[in-house]
Amino acid sequence: MLVEPGSFNEEDQAITAKDVLGFKDSQPYTRRIEQSRATTGANEAVSWGEATLAGHRIVIVCLDFAFMGGSMGAATGEKITNGIERALQGRVPLLIISASGGARMQEGMLSLMQLAKTAAALGRLGAAGIPYISLLTDPTMGGVTASFASLADVIVAEPGAMIGFAGARVIQQATYETLPEGFQTAEFLWQHGMIDLVVPRPELPAVIRQLLDLYTRDGFHSDFELKGQARAAAQAAAHIRP
Amino acid sequence: MTDNGSLAAATWAQVELARHPDRPYALDYIHALFSNFFELHGDRLYGDDHAIIGGPAAFDHRTVMVIAQQKGRTTAERAMRNFGMANPEGYRKALRLIRQAERFQFPIFAFVDTSGAFPGAGAEERGIAWAIAENLVALAQARVPIVTLVIGEGGSGGALGIGVGDRLLMMEHSIYSVAMPEACASILWRDIARKVEAAEALKLTAADLKRMGLADEIVPEPAGGAQTDYGVAADAAGAALRRHLGELEGLDVDQLLEQRYQRYRRIGAS
Repeated sequence: MLVEPGSFNEEDQAITAKDVLGFKDSQPYTRRIEQSRATTGANEAVSWGEATLAGHRIVIVCLDFAFMGGSMGAATGEKITNGIERALQGRVPLLIISASGGARMQEGMLSLMQLAKTAAALGRLGAAGIPYISLLTDPTMGGVTASFASLADVIVAEPGAMIGFAGARVIQQATYETLPEGFQTAEFLWQHGMIDLVVPRPELPAVIRQLLDLYTRDGFHSDFELKGQARAAAQAAAHIRP
Repeated sequence: MTDNGSLAAATWAQVELARHPDRPYALDYIHALFSNFFELHGDRLYGDDHAIIGGPAAFDHRTVMVIAQQKGRTTAERAMRNFGMANPEGYRKALRLIRQAERFQFPIFAFVDTSGAFPGAGAEERGIAWAIAENLVALAQARVPIVTLVIGEGGSGGALGIGVGDRLLMMEHSIYSVAMPEACASILWRDIARKVEAAEALKLTAADLKRMGLADEIVPEPAGGAQTDYGVAADAAGAALRRHLGELEGLDVDQLLEQRYQRYRRIGAS
């Protein structure tokens, strides 16, 4: 885990998904919720709280793909928004770690509206000058990419993570296009200017720390040096530049 | 047929009406409602997307900014409009118009009619998710009144990308869904043929959205649907837009923005 041991105080653990629509596909949504609860031990696909990372107080929000594919329902959106609003009230940086298939079908329009809700909250955070770092892990798709995950000051992704809006299968069905190699991987997105850096997991703490130092105007405290893949990415960037 | 079956069939009939090929599209409403629409083109970054149109227009005695999703009527126009499925350029043109509306203090009318953003490789390469997300923030913060009217299909993030505002109105036979029934059936049942069940489960009709408190008003259509009489449909739409804009124009702008924030904030709040 990224944060200092014992520093994470989880909030809103009791908030849980509700079957407002009475949705049933091959099985009832209520059963899917129960199964995800049993598998993950959590009540929703996201957990959040305040924590300390390299001496910085931050709000950290973390999606869990094991809970219904990390999909965003109303309770998920509520917890994420609570996290964003806490960062705003406490004037501390925000780190969101995404892993999600997108909006949660079983909550219909209540799910879609969470895109607008989280985006509006991030609009306020940005206007207040509070830094937000988005970490994209495998996979980050659909409505999550089209809302909070892509609205950060700095976007970092893990190598090979699949990131996009429409899935490759949907695109192929719709257009019969041959998709380029590495389509929608973190590296592909980096080449197209959609993310700032591709960072392997062991190097993440140092990268996040450097960013927190810089964006809280403490840049000179950082002793981090780019290494490994991060350095390779930076060199590649320099090479591409005319 | 079971009760569930007949319910699903009724919902599917609504989906088909919302997609009726003779249904009035955005330009039909625009020409009926505004005396002086001036279409602006291009996102100033890459291209002009004909699936999203917009520009200033005269409404009563003021200028409004119109942003709309436009489907095509003929085969050639359908291709030109990409069946109303916008690429990132469409959303970025919309963003340009949102900023311009703020600069000149034009209220925004958004007409939603899309099955979704375009699922294409180029759209992904040029950041379709980024373009939509940026519009969600821009619309949440735009310091002018915004009234959204769903005229046909409201499809997912592609609809929301021009659909955030102070009021959500829906034409009586329009639909708005987190995903189109075909996509939902493909995701959950792995079988597009289950689209009728999916449509019912998604709760996507205007009446469903009104019941859930997401839509503010259902705009009545002529018997049989808006395609039977464009004039009647446009008159009803115009009256609803006028009334809601009138209410919003009475608000102080900070109050307006706080109300807009709370409008979304309360959805799904426990």
